[in-house]
Amino acid sequence: MAHDPHHEPHHDHDHDHDHEHEHERHGHDHGHDGDHSELGAMDLRVRALQSVLSQKGYIDPAALDVLIDTYQSKIGPRNGARVVARAWVDPTYREWLMRDASAAIASLDFTGRQGEHMIAVENTDDQHNMVVCTLCSCYPWPVLGLPPTWYKSAVYRSRAVKDPRGVLAEFGVSLPDTTAIRVWDSTAEVRYLVVPQRPAGTEGWSEDRLADLVTRDSMIGTGLARTPEQR
Amino acid sequence: MTYTSHADLGGQDVPGRIVQEPEGEVFHSAWEPRVLALTLAMGGTGSWNIDQSRSVRETLPAYARMSYYEIWLAALERLMADRLQVLPDEIEAGRMLYPPRETKRVLRAAEVAAALAKGSPTLRQIDSQPRFRAGDRVRTQVRHVEHHTRLPAYARGKTGIVEHLHGAHVFADANAQGLGEQPQWLYTVVFDGRELWGANSAPGLRVSIDAWECYLEHSAP
Repeated sequence: MAHDPHHEPHHDHDHDHDHEHEHERHGHDHGHDGDHSELGAMDLRVRALQSVLSQKGYIDPAALDVLIDTYQSKIGPRNGARVVARAWVDPTYREWLMRDASAAIASLDFTGRQGEHMIAVENTDDQHNMVVCTLCSCYPWPVLGLPPTWYKSAVYRSRAVKDPRGVLAEFGVSLPDTTAIRVWDSTAEVRYLVVPQRPAGTEGWSEDRLADLVTRDSMIGTGLARTPEQR
Repeated sequence: MTYTSHADLGGQDVPGRIVQEPEGEVFHSAWEPRVLALTLAMGGTGSWNIDQSRSVRETLPAYARMSYYEIWLAALERLMADRLQVLPDEIEAGRMLYPPRETKRVLRAAEVAAALAKGSPTLRQIDSQPRFRAGDRVRTQVRHVEHHTRLPAYARGKTGIVEHLHGAHVFADANAQGLGEQPQWLYTVVFDGRELWGANSAPGLRVSIDAWECYLEHSAP
């Protein structure tokens, strides 16, 4: 997953993945040039640090592999999509999710770090919800995994609270003027999950099929659920 | 000494555009997941709390020029150096030069899943009664504090409405300073966009924060 290159427009040479991504990373973050004249300097530094920590007995190197695998392949936005799809098809679950999101989400086995105290907020025709952490990058890990780079960026964190419609426009989302926007700044340890509106034309769909329509961005509030045509 | 957070970005003018990212693209180079894992594993030794690590991150002088995981790495190195667990010359050398310090625990591979699933809940029982109820009009504190805080600058000295009481939570300001948890009632307070951004604010915009009780005082209607 870390090396999934499908977004990269330039594949003109046989490259080392790390170097390629090192270059990309800066483009993603701030658009500035890297401070590291030598490619791979960060890799070497992190390896060195890991050696020292191992030698000192502070860490179990095998634990690092488990941690990486967990956030690369086990915990991600498909978890949240299952929560949303369940809420769409099951009114009792939806009511529970809106009343006690921590418990309702835990019932699907999504619990723990950076999702200890969950609140679900539901989009309607009258209100669209968007989540940000202006102070760092608080994000509901058990349901959405690790945050995308833009969520952690200064651009998003500065604008989401002041010009959410402008932010939505950058995501290609335009809402009617009659829809009020509510921004949730996660300034404490409460984490927010947006429940997007269920797309029209999905009557009778199974939970699994509906979950495919629930994008990560729709659960942050910077996107909408996919329509059946966009699937 | 003056405490300056470089991370309090809400409402600031930051040039640039948002670069969208496909789902599943979690890391952008091989060292990033390793920094994540090292940070979580060292967090698992119980040597500091999350508020202390946020405080170190937000006060890194080069914060604005660093990527997310560069910030994590620099903060991890500083947290460990402050506790004499790992010194900079050891990282330069790539090997241990000084004996290890005692840690409370070591996070073993077999314990990772359970540790992540458990997390670190911050909800606490306290004896006092909450000062505010849903619907109360409150004003946030104005003064700048000389330590880590979770009241964003854009929401200082603003009047809003208490919407929800979350129970009592570990107070980040105190916890970040190593002063213990000092749990307080935590509320969602919602502000009208015009209160935060003036008359030109987008119509209908409302923004909420989660605020500890001591950030708030009653405001006359």
